[in-house]
Amino acid sequence: MLDINKIRSQFPILNRKVNGKDLVYFDNGATTQKPQSVIDAEANYYTDENSNVHRGVHFLSGLATDKFEETRDAVQDFIGAKHKHEIIFTKGTTDAINLVANAYRILLSKGDEIIISELEHHSNIVPWQMCCEISGASLKVIPLLDNGELDMNEFNNLLSESTKVVAVSHISNALGTISPIEEIISKAHKIGAKVLIDGAQAASHIALDMQKLNADFYCFSAHKMFGPTGVGVLYGKEEILNKLPPYQGGGEMIKEVSFEKTTYACLPHKFEAGTPNISGVIAFKQAIDFITELGVATIAKYEDELLQYATTEILKIEGVKIYGTAKNKSGIISFNIDGLHPYDIGMIIDKMGVAIRTGHHCAQPIMDRFSIPGTARISLSVYNTKAEVDVCMNAIKKAKLMLS
Amino acid sequence: MNTIQEIQTEIIEDFAMFDDWMQKYEYLIDLGKELSPIEEQYKTEDNLIKGCQSRVWLHAEHTKGKIIYTADSDAIMTKGIVAVLINVLSGQSPSEIANAKLDFINKIGLKEQLSPTRANGLVSMIKQMKIYALAFNN
Repeated sequence: MLDINKIRSQFPILNRKVNGKDLVYFDNGATTQKPQSVIDAEANYYTDENSNVHRGVHFLSGLATDKFEETRDAVQDFIGAKHKHEIIFTKGTTDAINLVANAYRILLSKGDEIIISELEHHSNIVPWQMCCEISGASLKVIPLLDNGELDMNEFNNLLSESTKVVAVSHISNALGTISPIEEIISKAHKIGAKVLIDGAQAASHIALDMQKLNADFYCFSAHKMFGPTGVGVLYGKEEILNKLPPYQGGGEMIKEVSFEKTTYACLPHKFEAGTPNISGVIAFKQAIDFITELGVATIAKYEDELLQYATTEILKIEGVKIYGTAKNKSGIISFNIDGLHPYDIGMIIDKMGVAIRTGHHCAQPIMDRFSIPGTARISLSVYNTKAEVDVCMNAIKKAKLMLS
Repeated sequence: MNTIQEIQTEIIEDFAMFDDWMQKYEYLIDLGKELSPIEEQYKTEDNLIKGCQSRVWLHAEHTKGKIIYTADSDAIMTKGIVAVLINVLSGQSPSEIANAKLDFINKIGLKEQLSPTRANGLVSMIKQMKIYALAFNN
């Protein structure tokens, strides 16, 4: 059993008022709030540890480097990667996907195919479109079923010898669908394609084991799992990362530089040009520790309970339609109310202290699929409570009354 | 016809009567519902001002030295603010519109609606209204 009050007490922002009301933060899909340990680690780095990593001979640089690398160890453990150097720090999931898609501009050519899905966030669509434009490869899209699940029959039909990359999300940010990535990975591997998983919404909700999952790339962001913004992870299998060309050139990613020829550093440094977000990476370890102490499975169980409760409650409101009713679903409720615009709902309940996301959630193809301009989205986290769900439901009812 | 400045002063006085956000929002919702509809033929892709979330259609006509604006939005709160902007600017001369300082927005507590969050098309709408004015002025 989780002690939710104790968990909440670790998040100072949850005590603040918004528009004179207690904050109900249901926009966790966009970014989660941060526990005191993460905030302290960021501050402490600049107070006591600030120095550049991987190059200085002096004490502080050594200290900063050690702490920076401790996070890499923690990430390796957290996702069950075989090697530490398979963990590349990036700015976030978007940056991680761009790194891989950029490399494939060179590795792919006309006739090759990339498969994505209709469920993707723009950040797992646009980098591949850019990759196709330059490489000449073409983009194939796994369609959605009405309940927001991937049409796996169509996926089977799309797979062919031309398929070189399959890039899909683990959990949809717009609908909450958890996709059968194990099946996708194993089928893609059978025909020799590489698989990238966008795990931005999944990393703190589903226990990860890279060696078991066997994904070639897995990307996620620290800020969606209680960590700082501006830090992300690209996990890649060693042999594949070694074959990819570098992404950005600069300091730290080189072995030797001369005007005639430059040779590149080994993993992970080959992909970490320039001074990284040191304070963010160091503080990210605290976020991982926070999740590990609670246990991913325990978090997921509690969030699922909240999801069931919120789903039951919201369906009691007349005119509510939920988009995304997959059997396997994470703590996200995307909904509309008959005749009302999600923007109006979001604006009004904000005045009652309830923070939700409205709009297309950077996933316009999904909105087109359902012929809607957008949805209102509730996304839950481990510090949320049933009492907060009640406040949100009352706020929605009030908004509905005002708008009808 | 009152001047832009006079209309702004009236609007500021209207909004000063509200005690809380709810009355203000309800008023905007009413204004949105009462806004004269834009003619269907003008609700085109060309007249669409795209926000990230709510969309605004704006049409302008220049007759007898005045600009008449009509507009619509798919979100009612946005439509309410659109109605206020039309009350202020529609029926004025191009040069007055082009030079208008819309300081009422801050004073009635709607600045948050006009922050560049890309959420609604209002910032672009004001810009578009002024672009029409400049075009008709030449």
